[in-house]
Amino acid sequence: MTIDDLIQQQHPWFQDDGPHTDIVVSTRIRLARNLANFPFVSRLSPDEKTQIEKKITDAVHQSPNGAAYTLFEMDDLEELDRNLLVESHLISRELAANTGPRSVLLAPGEQCSILLIEEDHLRIQVLRSGLDLDSAWDAINTLDDQLEQRLVYAWSERLGYLTACPTNVGTGMRVSVMLHLPSLIATKQFAKVYQSLQKISLAVRGLYGEGSQAFGDFYQISNQATLGVTEDSIIQQVRDVVRAVIGYEMRARQFLFSENGNAIRENVKNSLQTLRTAQQLSMEESMHCLSSLRLGISMGEVSDIPMNVVNQLLLQTQPAHLQWIYGGVISSLDADVLRAQYIQKFLKS
Amino acid sequence: MKCQKCNRPATFHITELLGNMPEELHLCAEHAKEYMDQTQDTSPAAANMATALAHHMAQQMALTKTTEQLSAMDEEVCPVCGISFFEFRGQSRLGCPEDYNFFRKQLEPLLINIHGELRHIGKIPKRTGQLSAKCTSLIRLRREMTDAIQTENYELAGTLRDKIRRIESEVSQL
Repeated sequence: MTIDDLIQQQHPWFQDDGPHTDIVVSTRIRLARNLANFPFVSRLSPDEKTQIEKKITDAVHQSPNGAAYTLFEMDDLEELDRNLLVESHLISRELAANTGPRSVLLAPGEQCSILLIEEDHLRIQVLRSGLDLDSAWDAINTLDDQLEQRLVYAWSERLGYLTACPTNVGTGMRVSVMLHLPSLIATKQFAKVYQSLQKISLAVRGLYGEGSQAFGDFYQISNQATLGVTEDSIIQQVRDVVRAVIGYEMRARQFLFSENGNAIRENVKNSLQTLRTAQQLSMEESMHCLSSLRLGISMGEVSDIPMNVVNQLLLQTQPAHLQWIYGGVISSLDADVLRAQYIQKFLKS
Repeated sequence: MKCQKCNRPATFHITELLGNMPEELHLCAEHAKEYMDQTQDTSPAAANMATALAHHMAQQMALTKTTEQLSAMDEEVCPVCGISFFEFRGQSRLGCPEDYNFFRKQLEPLLINIHGELRHIGKIPKRTGQLSAKCTSLIRLRREMTDAIQTENYELAGTLRDKIRRIESEVSQL
């Protein structure tokens, strides 16, 4: 299996069969684990890093269904391939940017990736379409159990799974749900939601934005505390909050449509028109228009474009994907032209 | 020594190891917190960690710990991996599983800041349990064996090697 094979496959985002896909793009759970008989990553020699990669890879390959995983050593990959994996949320920016032995184990279907020698020895993550916490937890918990049959994790009765950074100690679990919240942003109610989330120790961050400003109204909600709390209650806490946020967004959508329906319909129509006819589109413009189109589809204003096409375009119009689709290095101006052309292939009137 | 940003005394001495050359900063409590807040990276976990560290340092100062007491705490070195608490503060990353025991008194206020709790109540691995601590002892034994070889103390190195093998075979049978 190559990176090209992976990128061509059905990414969970391309599906729109998960629960609440009108508002929730994806669910991700990751577990941070370390082997007990080695220092944490910052104190490892390159040789020890290679030994750990081998131990974990062997354990994965020996586990049921584990033979399907392929190891990609970061330094053997082109920069473009690493960026493709980052954009697809299969590896972290940190893993791509670090130096020395470090790798990722990926299986066909892309539902799960295992990062080796990132901040911790291994980070297992599972990605699902929509709000699908239970199935993500079942999958990752099973894989974790299978690996634990073959690896001795750093664990203590007092503190649970021991991680390089004390922010992850305990369960080592981070649950993240990505939401599309255009109406909460438009009605300026998002600040209120943000404040309430901070009180219960959940983090919110914008998607794609380099700084705090999120592009295209996408936000990620995740748990902060990992110690003194069970995995089930972390999931329940995130689920409760996400459901509440979905409710707020629905109400904001209804309010906007009832108060100002024509202006919003006009906005959706104009965005679709821009996407269909623009000679060039910057990343920011395309994200903005795709966000508006996504809202139009989920409110039944646009019926001839499936949601999964919009999700697919949100991913494929990012720089590395565009470069991969058209081949070769492209300047940012050329990228804007190619981005417009690529979108038009999918959104013909 | 005065704070680099105001006239108050500098009570926080931060060494940045981002570029090729270490950069030293001498700041008062308030500017140290501001600095830590600014330098947090984009991940919420890391931001959380930086804030918790800043809080922790401020708390330690509030507990009327003198600069000398704080620096003595900073200089403590984990016997298993060799990391000092000062190094941990600089990189926000621990060196090995044993650090959670060795630096327990320094880490507990941090854990409270981050999680509000001090005890794990989540998943218990089916097999790991006691095995984990035994495996971590291997980190120390291997380090001691390397030191023994370097100082040509081959008798000690041999004893340590046998100990390591014994533990490794115990672990592999489980």
